[in-house]
Order: sequence, then C-alpha cells, then structure tokens
Amino acid sequence: MDTPLIEFRNVTKRFNGRTVLDNVNLSIYENQVTTIIGKSGTGKSVLLKHIIGLLKPDEGSILFQGTPISKMKKAEWEGHRRRIAYLFQNNALLDSMTVLDNVAFPLRQTTDLPKGEIEKRAMKRIEDLELLEAVGKFPSELSGGMQKRVALARALVTDPQIVLFDEPTTGQDPIRKNMILSMIIHYRKKFGFTAIMISHDIPDVFFISDRVIILWEGGVGFEGPYEDALKQNVPMIDEFLRSLDGFEDQLTGLLSREAFKMHYSAMLGSAAREATSSAALFGVRLNILSEALGAQAALEALKALGEYTNRYFNAVGGFSARRSRDEILTIFPHKNLEEARKLVEDYSRDLEHGVIDHIRDIASGNSGEATCFDIHIHAGVTEISPEDTIDEIIEKGRAKQEIISTYRCDFGGNDQ
Amino acid sequence: MKEYYEITEPMNILVSFFSAIGRWTIRAVGNFGAMAVFFFLGFVNIFRARQISEITNQTYYIGAKSSLIVMLVALFTGMVLGLQLFYTLVKFGSVGALGSAISLSLVRELGPVLTAIMITARAGSAMAAEIGILRNSEQIDALYTMGVDPIRYLISPKIAASIISFPLLTAFFDLIGIIGGYITGVVLLGTNAGTYFYRVQSSIDMVDIRGGFIKALVFGAIVSCICCFQGYFCHMRSDGFGAKSVGLATVSAVVISCVMILVSDYVVTSFLM
Repeated sequence: MDTPLIEFRNVTKRFNGRTVLDNVNLSIYENQVTTIIGKSGTGKSVLLKHIIGLLKPDEGSILFQGTPISKMKKAEWEGHRRRIAYLFQNNALLDSMTVLDNVAFPLRQTTDLPKGEIEKRAMKRIEDLELLEAVGKFPSELSGGMQKRVALARALVTDPQIVLFDEPTTGQDPIRKNMILSMIIHYRKKFGFTAIMISHDIPDVFFISDRVIILWEGGVGFEGPYEDALKQNVPMIDEFLRSLDGFEDQLTGLLSREAFKMHYSAMLGSAAREATSSAALFGVRLNILSEALGAQAALEALKALGEYTNRYFNAVGGFSARRSRDEILTIFPHKNLEEARKLVEDYSRDLEHGVIDHIRDIASGNSGEATCFDIHIHAGVTEISPEDTIDEIIEKGRAKQEIISTYRCDFGGNDQ
Repeated sequence: MKEYYEITEPMNILVSFFSAIGRWTIRAVGNFGAMAVFFFLGFVNIFRARQISEITNQTYYIGAKSSLIVMLVALFTGMVLGLQLFYTLVKFGSVGALGSAISLSLVRELGPVLTAIMITARAGSAMAAEIGILRNSEQIDALYTMGVDPIRYLISPKIAASIISFPLLTAFFDLIGIIGGYITGVVLLGTNAGTYFYRVQSSIDMVDIRGGFIKALVFGAIVSCICCFQGYFCHMRSDGFGAKSVGLATVSAVVISCVMILVSDYVVTSFLM
C-alpha cells in the first residue's frame, strides 16, 4: 500500500494522569473513508484533534505524508492544516453570527475572494444542505439537526482535501443520517477528499467506509475493512459490534445484520422445517435515484422499498436485511424454486402500487412536475442449502441477479 | 534520640508555609510570562490584514458604548471633588485654588484611574466572559481548524480598541469632571467662574495631560490583556470547569485588572515625577 496520508506511531496522550490514548499505531490513507468507532471515552475525538493539531501527543509522533508534524516548519504545517476541515461533535458554530455568516466565515477570513463570490459559494452549500429557510437565523434558533447541517456546510465550504467528521449524524433522524452520509460520499467523489469519521450509525456508516478503526481500551483493537472486522474472532470486538448493531435497520425497518443472522440460524435449526428456502437479493441503483430525485428523496424511496419488502415477505414467513447501501437480502420459505420465482414476480408487479407511486409523488413534489427517470429493480433468486453461509447466499444471488422490473415515470408502468 | 534530619512539627509547618509561597510564586511568574507572550502576540497581530472592521466594532463596543457611564461617573466625581475641596480650601482661605486642585487631581490621577476601573467593570468583564464562553463551546478551537488565528481574530482587536478607547474616554472624563467641579464650586457654592477657569487653564501643563494619557494607554493594554487572558485560558483553571470557570475567570479578570491598575499607576507616576 502507498505511504499513509496520516500515520500515528506509538502515540500516547494523558489527561491529568489518565491515559486516553495508549501507544496508538494506525494509518489513514488518501481518498478513503476511514471510520473510527469505539466506546464512549476511548479517545476518538482526542484522536481526531491530534490530526488537526488541536492536541499534541505526550509521547510518539504523528506523520503527515511520511513527515513527522513535530519536525515540520510552522509554514509547512500551516499549509497542510489549511487542507483539513473539522466538523465538531457539538458543532462549535459561532453563535453570534447568522447561518450565512457562519458558512461564509472561513472564506471571508482565509481567502481574498470578492464578497459576491463568497456569498455565492456559501449559499451553494446552504442549498446543498437544505438550509435555505434558516439562512438569516442564529444557531440558537435552529434544531440540533439543522445546527449539525450548518456545521457540515461550513466544513465543506472551503472544498477541503481532508475532512474530519466527529459524529456527523448525531441527533439526526434516519433519513437525514443517511442523507448526510450520502452527501459525504457524494462530495468525496466530487472533490476527492479523504474522510475520517467518528460514527456509530451501523450499518450505514460501514456501507460507505473503506476502512474501519476500532479503538479499544486506549489502543487500536482493529484496523482494516469492515468485512474483515466481522471475520475476526476477537470476542471483545465481536461483542462491541453487536452492541452497536440494534435489532432493526433504522432507515428501512428491516432486520439488522445480527438479527438477520440469528433468524437464519433459527431457520436452519428448526426441526419442523417443511419447506425448503430461497433467497432473493434485491437491488436498486441508489446513485441513479439520487441524481434524479436528490439524496433525501432517494433515501425516502429506499426506505419505502425496504418497508414494502419487509411487509410483503413477512406475510409469507420470510425475513429481510440490507446487505449494502442499496441491496436487500430476503430469505423466504417455498415449496419449489418455481414457486419462489413466481413469488418474486408477484412482488415486483405489486411494487408499482406499493413503492413506485410513492416515488412518483416525491419526484413531482421535488421538481413541481414529473421527472423522467428509470428505476430498475434487480433480483437474483437462488435456492438455499443448509450448509450455505449468508455470504455464500449473497454471492449466489448476485450471480443470478437480473433486472426484473423497469419502471418509467411517464407511463405508468412496468416493462417487464 | 532524634535523628538530625528528622523534621519536627514546627519545622513541618514552616516547610509547608514556604512550599506554598514557592508554589504560588512559581505559578505567578509562569502566568506573568504567559501573559507577556499573550500580549505580545495580540499586539503584533493588530497590524495584520482584515483587522480594521473588527477593531472598529470593538472600539464602538469598548469605547463608544462605555462613554455614557464614564461621563456620568466623571460628572459626580468632579462634583464631589468640588464639594470636598471647597470646604477644605475655605479653611486656608485659598478657595481661588479650587480650579487648580480639581483639574490637577482629575488630569493626573483620578481621570485615568477611574476611567480604567469603569471600563474594566463594563467592558473588561464582558471580554473575559465572552472569550470564556467561546473557549468552552469549542468555538476557539473551531476558529483554529478553519485556519483563523484565534488571537488575531479575537484578542488583537480588543487590545487595539482598548488602547484607542482608554485615552479618549480619559479625556472625556477629565473634561466632564472639571465641569462637575464647576457646578458645585461655582454654581452651587459661589466661587468666581473666571477664577475657576483661569486656575484650570494656568495650572495644567502639557506634561500633566501627557502623563494622564500615558497612564490611560498603559491601563488599556493591561486591562485588555488580563481580561482576554483570563477568558482565553479559563478551561485550564484548576478551581472550576464549564460555566463556573467562565464566572471565575470574569471575577479574576476584574479583580486582577483593578489591582494592576493601581499598582501600575504608582509605577508610572514614579517614573513620570
């Protein structure tokens, strides 16, 4: 792998004799989303503050592109630091300024841009974060969620190359949580910044993370891709991840990853199993929906799809969970594969009334008139054998995935 | 038999006493040094770009908005001086010197000192509280992360505004104080108006006015530095956290400023004499 963008070497930090970071070694790479998780008080925010220089390590060193920060000249470090933006856990908005002034503040203070250009850029970010109605208000007049979005707008207004997000989705409802995460991903793709994030929003945060760092008892318990974290057989990490993962996916109302696993084990263990089971892996291209409808509406659509799938397959004894940002895995009983396919076909036919009408309402609500776009529903139906692990089922489902339905706005229909 | 190195009870008390003094001294010297560096950085940053509008805002807040209260205090100070000095001078048959006594007291001492104390109470406490709240709500850290030097943005304009405002308000104080003395001495107690103003004019030299302004400048620098320093480092106080630390910082700012105004008044006066 390349030289890490930021590297911690044996970093130790103490506050009043209490060791918060104990000999921490970790690497953060460019153009990746790295998520830091850990129990409260394990030093996650302290770690982020070391990256931007708000705190200095008591022992060890922090390297920026291979050079220790402590050995950099002030101007060199300032140059690097200006590429970094920080979103504080408590937002840290300047409370004597309006939303517009808060967002425009970094540009006013650190650039020589004309006044009009500064206002234009600030308004663009305000618009992106759906804060237009709050533009002249003071932070104390806003809800916690809106304050968080103002802080996010301020962090992104300078188009930073590295953004440190200290719990960016705290205090948001599930739709907005996912919207913020979608936006982080959107901006990361657009501007190519490196994101370092503290978040506990499982599963969504893991769907967008390239690497996960788990802080455990002052040190790094795990560092690597999330899938690898799940494969680790470290009881403490396993227990911690399970404690974060509730029983329900907040956005869609589907089962959480852990709950899905338990349901699957129970199903396999059921002695009185009369029917065989099939799995269907449904997919919808969230990015296309997002481009057509906007991030929030796309997430509303995904939520509707999840709720509908849950209702439909629960009625026949199935259960479902989200496996990636836009893939839903459903396991349901059937007598034979033909019956399973028929069930999925019926599902896709009824989908128009259950979900597509809802999406059409969102689309016309957003633009004032119907927006034309395609929604492809993919499905891969496969039979399950008792030895199959969930990952193997997903692989089999993915291999068989095909477009089962395409809906267009102008129609009403279903070009199956 | 006692070992020669054994510390007896009275010795123990003595050691504790000197240890406490030592600790206090070390902390005081450390704080003094930190404050000197803090003032230096704040002063140097006055001359950086993008400061004019913020200095203007602060001058309006510290100077213009304090003017009414300063003038009110000046008026009554002048009036009470007129009253006191009139009855004292009557005993010696030198009522004619009333103008000289009032004007010299005000221009040399009372003007700069009372103006500084009034601004400390009004604007100095606000400086400490405002900066303390910014510190506790991480807004100062936020400035740093946005690439804005918090000392340049928050502290320098306040120091500059204080250095501008203190001498100007002192001048107002002197003027209104002399008018206050006129009201009691001339209007109420019947001293000759011409004598009063003649004495005022003839007894005040440029040296006195310059001395008063030098004091005002020194007080401005000291008060702004102490108040900003207390607020800026309120999170490092060992006697309180959060909102309490802001309250304690504000109290310390006002108390230390007032004491330092009087101490520096003596030092500057002894240099000027």
